[in-house]
Amino acid sequence: MLTRRLFLSDWGGMTVLVLLLAMAVAVPYANLVLPPESPWHLSTYWVALIGKFLTFALLALAIDLIWGYAGILSLGHGAFFGLGGYAMGMYLTRQIGDRGVYGNPELPDFMVFLSYESLPWYWWGFDMFWFAMLMVVLVPGLLALVFGWLAFRSRVTGVYFAIITQALVFALMLAFFRNEMGFGGNNGLTDFKDILGFPVQARETRVALFVVSALVLILAYVASRFIVTSRFGRVLIAVRDAESRARFSGYRVEHYKLWLFVFSAMLAGIAGALYVPQVGIINPGEFAPLRSIEAVLWVAVGGRGSLFGAIIGAFAVNGAKTWFTTAYPMVWLFALGALFVLVTVFLPRGLVGIFRRRRREGGA
Amino acid sequence: MSVLRNTREAMRRDRVFGFLQPEPDFALPVDTSHGTILYVDDVSVRFDGFLALNRLNLSIDEGELRCIIGPNGAGKTTMMDVITGKTRPDEGGVFFGQNIDLLSLDEYQIARGGIGRKFQKPTVFEALSVFDNLELSMASDKGAWKTLFHRLTPEQRTRIDEVLEMVGLEQQRARMAGALSHGQKQWLEIGMLLMQNPRVLLVDEPVAGMTGDETERTAELLVSLAGGHTVIVVEHDMAFVRSIARRVTVLHQGSVLAEGSMNQIQSDAKVIEVYLGEEA
Repeated sequence: MLTRRLFLSDWGGMTVLVLLLAMAVAVPYANLVLPPESPWHLSTYWVALIGKFLTFALLALAIDLIWGYAGILSLGHGAFFGLGGYAMGMYLTRQIGDRGVYGNPELPDFMVFLSYESLPWYWWGFDMFWFAMLMVVLVPGLLALVFGWLAFRSRVTGVYFAIITQALVFALMLAFFRNEMGFGGNNGLTDFKDILGFPVQARETRVALFVVSALVLILAYVASRFIVTSRFGRVLIAVRDAESRARFSGYRVEHYKLWLFVFSAMLAGIAGALYVPQVGIINPGEFAPLRSIEAVLWVAVGGRGSLFGAIIGAFAVNGAKTWFTTAYPMVWLFALGALFVLVTVFLPRGLVGIFRRRRREGGA
Repeated sequence: MSVLRNTREAMRRDRVFGFLQPEPDFALPVDTSHGTILYVDDVSVRFDGFLALNRLNLSIDEGELRCIIGPNGAGKTTMMDVITGKTRPDEGGVFFGQNIDLLSLDEYQIARGGIGRKFQKPTVFEALSVFDNLELSMASDKGAWKTLFHRLTPEQRTRIDEVLEMVGLEQQRARMAGALSHGQKQWLEIGMLLMQNPRVLLVDEPVAGMTGDETERTAELLVSLAGGHTVIVVEHDMAFVRSIARRVTVLHQGSVLAEGSMNQIQSDAKVIEVYLGEEA
């Protein structure tokens, strides 16, 4: 019953899931088993790069869930991504122990440098993996709960909501840039050594992180699919298209928006937590408003309101970005702009829209 | 603002510790022992100094079919907004039965409590099927957590089929609501109201943009609903009002100008002057 509901008539989603599963198997094989001389060998650089894309895809999925299904445009999802990333970064920083430049077993390097006497209270517990992982979902979730409660209760919608989410992420960026915040200021957190006792830089660890990212993305997709195919999901669509009708039908619209927003923020937090060990650094740059807008662009390019379109979009745009910035670094920003214009004009439903239209024509 | 309201609520002298009472919800029985289901008492609404409702008094009996007419700007839609909790009046009170003060409730509570509202412009969930539209409107637990795991029971399915038949949309059940014609959307919205099992239906301009044939069917539908439900129709189309109305209320500049049968209204000098006169 449930599997039918989740996957029937979701051919695009099924295809993407199968591709992700294939990736989770093929990439470790190509990197670890095949010898470097083999034409099919995949270098560790690529493993880390695609692993990073997977976390971007998870962020895009989180955005599509609220934008595509509830019509809530958040231009500040980088806030939740960044907070999840910082929670993971704090764990990784605590794992450095006395291997830092100053060799202080109690304090991270930047705290020694800023002459901290002891560990600030909000760093307590981050030496424990389970606690840090809890914070990865709880901190973004709580921020989304408070922020969303205030915004949705006051019926802030549309472009006004988008603007205050920009303000939120911008405020976080300014705050995290300050050394007094105790999160490493400008430099952020880096020079990680171990994760769960395994060296972060090691090839095997990178492959493991890749596989975990792929599996988490698959799980998140299935969970999101469960939400949007339930009656809850249909209420969301109802709210998106006719909010006052939903309200006069007896729904507490703000509760629906709020819980979805919190779930989406948690997904973004997890994405950030998986991103940090793979790129090896977290700094306030993640809170730059532009980054959040770019993430919304991935969803727009892939196709809003289909979930798997967001995953495709994240891969397509970031893949293009990687290629352009190495091949024609000067052209990238123009290409991004052109891509967005082209998609808006010719593919209002994103890349996914091409296949949808073709299928509909074939079926009719 | 809400702080002020909460403080006032806590300081009310007619109800000691009223805030401790559980919030009324749809399980609460409506007391209509005196025959009145909706009572609008001296309600005034001001928008930036403009008086949209001016000491409006209105009493609707249970099972009645009441038509409310009036020229543009007479306050018909504002009245509906006040009853359904969208607009809070500056003065006055609105009661559902004898016992429920609607002004203390939010829109969703009023909707769950049994007052359904149809908008002037037909408003349905366009990206969902006709069946889904009715399913979502059905009276059931509408909490966020419950809907996440909800499954339709056979009884609920039967109920949806009944309403589909009642509004004449059996053939369209699987179609997207956005693909329906204007008239069909109007019917779907009425069907959505019926799914809520309302005591009172507030229907704003149900035949706007309908063909003569569709208008006739809508009139039949509304007349058949009266009795079992209380139906309040706001309409511009005088021929339509004449065909269904037993009792008509004329609004003008935010208050009641006249009330009575269609014949009484049509011969009322004041009414002819402000409203019917325009047509003649």
